[in-house]
Amino acid sequence: MLFRPKTKVCLVLLQVMEIIEQIREIFPALHQQIWGKPLIYLDNAATTQKPREVLELQVRMSSLTNANIHRALHKLSADATDLYEAGREAVRIFLEAESREEIIFTSGATAALNLIASSLVRSHMTPRDKVLICEAEHHSNIVPWQLACETFGRSVEVLPVEENGEISLERLSELLEADDRIRILAVSHISNVLGIINPVAEIVRIAHSKGVLVVIDGAQGVVHDKVSVKEMNCDFYVFSGHKIYAPTGIGVLYGKRSLLESMPPYMGGGDMVDRVSFSGTTYAPLPLKFEAGTPNFVAAACLKPALEFATAVREDVQVQEHERKIVVTMVEELQRIKGLKICGLPQDLSLKTPIFSMSIEGVHPSDIAQMLDKMGIAVRSGLMCAEPIVSRFSDQGLLRVSFAPYNTIFECETFISKLKLVTNMLK
Amino acid sequence: MIEIDQIRSIGEIEGEIVSEFSLFDEWLDKYEYLIELGKELESINESDKTDDNLIRGCQSRVWLVCRNDGGRLWFGADSDAVITKGIISLLLKVYNGQKYDDIIASDFSFIEKIGLRENLSPTRANGLLSMIKQIKAYALAYKEKEAQQ
Repeated sequence: MLFRPKTKVCLVLLQVMEIIEQIREIFPALHQQIWGKPLIYLDNAATTQKPREVLELQVRMSSLTNANIHRALHKLSADATDLYEAGREAVRIFLEAESREEIIFTSGATAALNLIASSLVRSHMTPRDKVLICEAEHHSNIVPWQLACETFGRSVEVLPVEENGEISLERLSELLEADDRIRILAVSHISNVLGIINPVAEIVRIAHSKGVLVVIDGAQGVVHDKVSVKEMNCDFYVFSGHKIYAPTGIGVLYGKRSLLESMPPYMGGGDMVDRVSFSGTTYAPLPLKFEAGTPNFVAAACLKPALEFATAVREDVQVQEHERKIVVTMVEELQRIKGLKICGLPQDLSLKTPIFSMSIEGVHPSDIAQMLDKMGIAVRSGLMCAEPIVSRFSDQGLLRVSFAPYNTIFECETFISKLKLVTNMLK
Repeated sequence: MIEIDQIRSIGEIEGEIVSEFSLFDEWLDKYEYLIELGKELESINESDKTDDNLIRGCQSRVWLVCRNDGGRLWFGADSDAVITKGIISLLLKVYNGQKYDDIIASDFSFIEKIGLRENLSPTRANGLLSMIKQIKAYALAYKEKEAQQ
């Protein structure tokens, strides 16, 4: 009897390891050597690797089903269009959006945010109005607003985060209460620096109670949390394909239908029009109104297998357990390293995703990243395209490691031990 | 300060560094040496760490100052990253006190010979290439200035 609980724990552990190994199997990029060492890829918040099914569809479509979509009557074009639209339907299901008209394909989250900012600031704001931007945003959710506000003579306000990286709902309420000129709130579901799941549904509720529209950058959110735009009730939600197992060059803009319909097009060109003449042009209905030019239809189609994979791993209890174990191990081990500060540590650890930004006293993050690279460990250093929040923690930038479900506990422990070794050398 | 008649040619110093680095079998030893050089490198004056002297395009901050002493250039540089400082130390060893024409003619190939270029390519944003460009830019600027006089 004494052995049984232990055996059970071992069994569960073995099962988890087996599942992670099975996941690793379908990612060719993971099975390579870097500088003669097995690759440990811990830069997933920037780009994830692609599973075989995605890669195969990418090759198959590029080599066989290669014809411009929505344009021609021939079979290849129709097949490519079907695959493209199947990608859209997969996104709709994934986000729990009401209709396909609410899913716009862009080249990435950045392009989606530029589209929203430009179109929304122009059409839904008067000169006295303001955009409230969270301090912890990626440059892609800051600069498009600055550009649009500059062009149309509007202004930008900042919603600061707390010392530990969390958004204070009280502070948000106070800010909105104090300034009735705020019309739009731009905030991420999960910051790419802090890795904390923000209470987006609550944020939306508070903002809506003041008549403020909410734009959510979900680039990290789609990877680490379940997203239902229906439940969240946000007005806009965007993400990129390359951060969620799909190819580069595809992004998604979800917008509430009534809003998208009331917004002017962002780019003009082929396929976004109804009729064109020099006396005036009318536009195509949603979603094509916002999809000018030939889209990356191959990458869009690849979103289907990518999102299906993402859903499968997210819903797997053992993968969830594995992710929790990585988070707990990382927090415990990192806190033991002298002079190391984790940037973004929520009071409730269940809100922490496996994205860890850190500073280490007396050591430059770029030195650490360079040495870890020589050990086959890919990490990120610098400003992470989020200078405002990073510079709050350090003027040298930060070191960031971000995990995917295919990263093992062994890789996590290897990173920790190599980090200690390198830090000691550099100090 | 080194006496001018003690300054050896760029090629000679480069050769010395290349043979020094050839002693390292392991990349880790190479980096350990660079870190050591970085830690030993004399800091420049805080007052010289200005935006004007900052080299753009580096993830770590690098400041470079240059002084012309009768046609020979003397550099001072600093960084907040220690490996970068190690590389700076090598560059200063080679180029300090050299004539600007020699610096302009130099191809900086010793970086490749000691196996640093592969790790420190321009895409790595570590500023090695920017540093080299800036050293050459100083040499060219002083040459032009003299030609105008």
